[in-house]
Amino acid sequence: MKAAILLFPGINRERDMVLAVRQSFGVEPQIVWHKETELPAGTDLVILPGGFSFGDYLRCGAMAAQSPIMRAVKAHAERGGYVLGVCNGFQILTETGLLPGALLRNAGLRFLSMDTMLRVERNDTVFTNKWEKGAVFRAPMAHGDGNYTADEATLDRLEGENLVAFRYADINRNGSARSIAGIFAPNLRVLGLMPHPENLVDPLMGGTDGKPLFDALAAA
Amino acid sequence: MTHVNAELAKSFGLNAEEWGKVLEIMGRTPSLTELGIFSVMWSEHCSYKSSRVWLKELPTKAPWVIHGPGENAGVIDIGEGLAAIFKMESHNHPSFIEPYQGAATGVGGILRDVFTMGARPVANLNALRFGDPKLPVTKRVVDGVVRGIGGYGNCVGVPTVGGEVNFHPAYNGNPLVNAMTVGIAKQDKIFLSAAAGVGNPVVYVGSKTGRDGIHGATMASTEFDAASEDKRPTVQVGDPFTEKLLIEACLELMQTDAIVAIQDMGAAGLTSSSVEMAGKGGVGIELTLDDVPQRETGMTAYEMMLSESQERMLLVLKPERSEMARAIIEKWDLDYAVIGHITDTGRIVVKHKGMVEADIPLAPLSDAAPLYRRPIAETPKPAPLGAVDLSAPLDEALLKLIASPDLCSRRWIFDQYDSTVGGQTVKRPAQADAAIVKLEDTKRALAVTADCTPRYCVADAEQGGAQAVAEAWRNITATGALPLAVTDNMNFGNPEKPEIMGQFASAIKGMAAACKALDFPVVSGNVSLYNETEGRPILPTPAIGAVGVLEDAAQAAGYGLTSGLELVLVGATKGELGRSLYLREILGREDGAPPVVDLAAERKNGDFVRAQILAGKVAASHDVSDGGVLVAVAEMALAGEAGAELTAQGDAAFWFGEDQARYVLAVTNTAALLEAAREAGIPAERIGHTVATEKLTLPNGIAISLTQLREAHEGFFPQWFA
Repeated sequence: MKAAILLFPGINRERDMVLAVRQSFGVEPQIVWHKETELPAGTDLVILPGGFSFGDYLRCGAMAAQSPIMRAVKAHAERGGYVLGVCNGFQILTETGLLPGALLRNAGLRFLSMDTMLRVERNDTVFTNKWEKGAVFRAPMAHGDGNYTADEATLDRLEGENLVAFRYADINRNGSARSIAGIFAPNLRVLGLMPHPENLVDPLMGGTDGKPLFDALAAA
Repeated sequence: MTHVNAELAKSFGLNAEEWGKVLEIMGRTPSLTELGIFSVMWSEHCSYKSSRVWLKELPTKAPWVIHGPGENAGVIDIGEGLAAIFKMESHNHPSFIEPYQGAATGVGGILRDVFTMGARPVANLNALRFGDPKLPVTKRVVDGVVRGIGGYGNCVGVPTVGGEVNFHPAYNGNPLVNAMTVGIAKQDKIFLSAAAGVGNPVVYVGSKTGRDGIHGATMASTEFDAASEDKRPTVQVGDPFTEKLLIEACLELMQTDAIVAIQDMGAAGLTSSSVEMAGKGGVGIELTLDDVPQRETGMTAYEMMLSESQERMLLVLKPERSEMARAIIEKWDLDYAVIGHITDTGRIVVKHKGMVEADIPLAPLSDAAPLYRRPIAETPKPAPLGAVDLSAPLDEALLKLIASPDLCSRRWIFDQYDSTVGGQTVKRPAQADAAIVKLEDTKRALAVTADCTPRYCVADAEQGGAQAVAEAWRNITATGALPLAVTDNMNFGNPEKPEIMGQFASAIKGMAAACKALDFPVVSGNVSLYNETEGRPILPTPAIGAVGVLEDAAQAAGYGLTSGLELVLVGATKGELGRSLYLREILGREDGAPPVVDLAAERKNGDFVRAQILAGKVAASHDVSDGGVLVAVAEMALAGEAGAELTAQGDAAFWFGEDQARYVLAVTNTAALLEAAREAGIPAERIGHTVATEKLTLPNGIAISLTQLREAHEGFFPQWFA
């Protein structure tokens, strides 16, 4: 699995993602600047990490979705390539239209930085197959706009087609519709989620709860 | 056309004597721009004119100090060819006028002081003091400051890992926002600000210049009054996104050999950066302001020189590298403009629209800067603490104390700060006495903390100054790390009052003694004076930020308890209740002398505790400070997964006294620990043990469930902001 990590101005968790990928994949991911128009040859997995692309000044992820590299990411996804978007990366994927819905301001209107518990809704995907179905794991969250929303029909479809990847299993702090923390695209090859599994891949940092995500991708 | 005279100089904060010096140096009446430059460079904020004579008393050297005070931040050797670069700085005055932007730009400013030296910022901390929580204005200020710190720090992607918060009515009209940044650089890639190379281009990088913050440094050098609200336009507005770009662009540029000198534009903006860079380098500088990127039209030379617009840097580059530098800066969508060059004249010459707007000799501008040895009046030593009513039941006193604003959980605050970005945070807030941040690609970690106990300082500034240093040292020690150096942020009232200058001088004396005894030099700092509103000063607040190092991050001790351990109190307990939180919160008294700081005992006890931790003998470790031993044990139980049963017998003075130089350790082999302590001549006693049940059982047999304890401890902030 060859991974490329996209770097938009204002992204700030790309190094965290490099560490997680390096540890599980055993190879260094490539960092790709947002003004590039092509992904590195042979890219299997595109990762959009967290941060504040373009300062989140228009709407989280809206400007990054217009960056030159995103045309190549869309083509990659249409070819069936793997895409992972975390936090701001998830927001960019919804703004790009690769995933449905949107992330609004947290219900309490405050930035939320703490560990949350996530439940694995299905484990027959390339992202989640190292977890048991229904497993609950810990993941740090750190966002001001993680309140997942979509119209009722879309939410029904996501649930009907079993495209919810993770739900908040302890407290739905940000007010997300149906406690949704992460979703898949219909081909199960695009995943977006708000919390940060990449920040819990080392016992020194408090645990390895997030490591199965990267181990699963490494094995794909 | 503004007429420049003594009266205008006075309104710019220059007194008659200082104005006389300006005339002497210039040999003529200065232009408005020149007066502006003199007034900000000679402001208390930039010149340290009241404090410099005292700051010299602080020890600043040690074999591991690479750069002490005088640079943008202090630099110390942390092993493996790496350096920690750090500083704490106040943004008090702006944070009262406009809490969100005041705090946000405080974070931005201190970040720039650190990355301008070549360091990637890896940790932010803050030391905050607010007024009486019963006042609505306090709530507004707390909310704005916390949002501002989070809004800026979260966006730039530097984890906010630690800090401290106090409340006291003395801060009602004058909150303190002290922000600290710690960065990491390679020792052979440290950048300084001394300009060099006649003809080298002076390059402006970052945000455009606007009219915001004009005379901010002067505002920070006066007292507050009812008209301070009108000063809102002098508060700058922060843009953390641009700051993030600036960090990445500067660090990328620093990988090349293009930079001769670099400095951020902080207080007094273009003026202080250009004057200091040229002055330190012993050269001259000529600026052409027409080339400064401007956000507004029609700006004058005076406005551009005095603007404190944020997120701007000034660089001196090698001419042959300037186009490469431009490409890097512009890749990050930042403005890049050559706005002048280095000269050999020893003068700063500012040109605008074909006119010379300022032409000042640099040496006298800094050498003749005012320096005052202001009169001091020592604060009388407090009367000894009289009889104290110790009859309150332990459980009731504990529950009340841990629910009080000064001791309650800060979770509501730190839950709004991203503490994990960067992927190196080994110990987050409320897990250990100091935050632990690993150094990427090494086993090493830094331990960082910020501390001060102003209620001690107001009673006895010398003991209080020593205590602040000792507590910071202890907090680092309690994690197993070796404390290396400090940055100080001296927050005091009006220095023209002898009693305030007396507090300042005494605090320095105490700090200097503690820094010497603990091998803990001061490598950077900041002074904030005139923290008064309508004549009422704040409590003297010498905030101490400190950095230590652990060779192996895996050895870091936290304070959360697990079951199967015994609790040992290290250090002597006399039961010092003077100025304690027990006295204030339970008995409504603020009197007596603060606890004595025995620096020899601090050193001895701390070195013993650290050695035990590094030898793997300690499962959890917590320093004993605010609230005493019982509060320390309660915090350990709440941070962990086990309850505790206390068996030592003692009165409220034993359990709530704030005697210094003490630690509570949770260990498996108590006998061995007590024996080692006895051999080292250190008092240590077993005070209880942990239990698998979720209860804290007090020596009087009363058990408090951890749920009840947690509800008391966690309640204050969420209820306040509900």
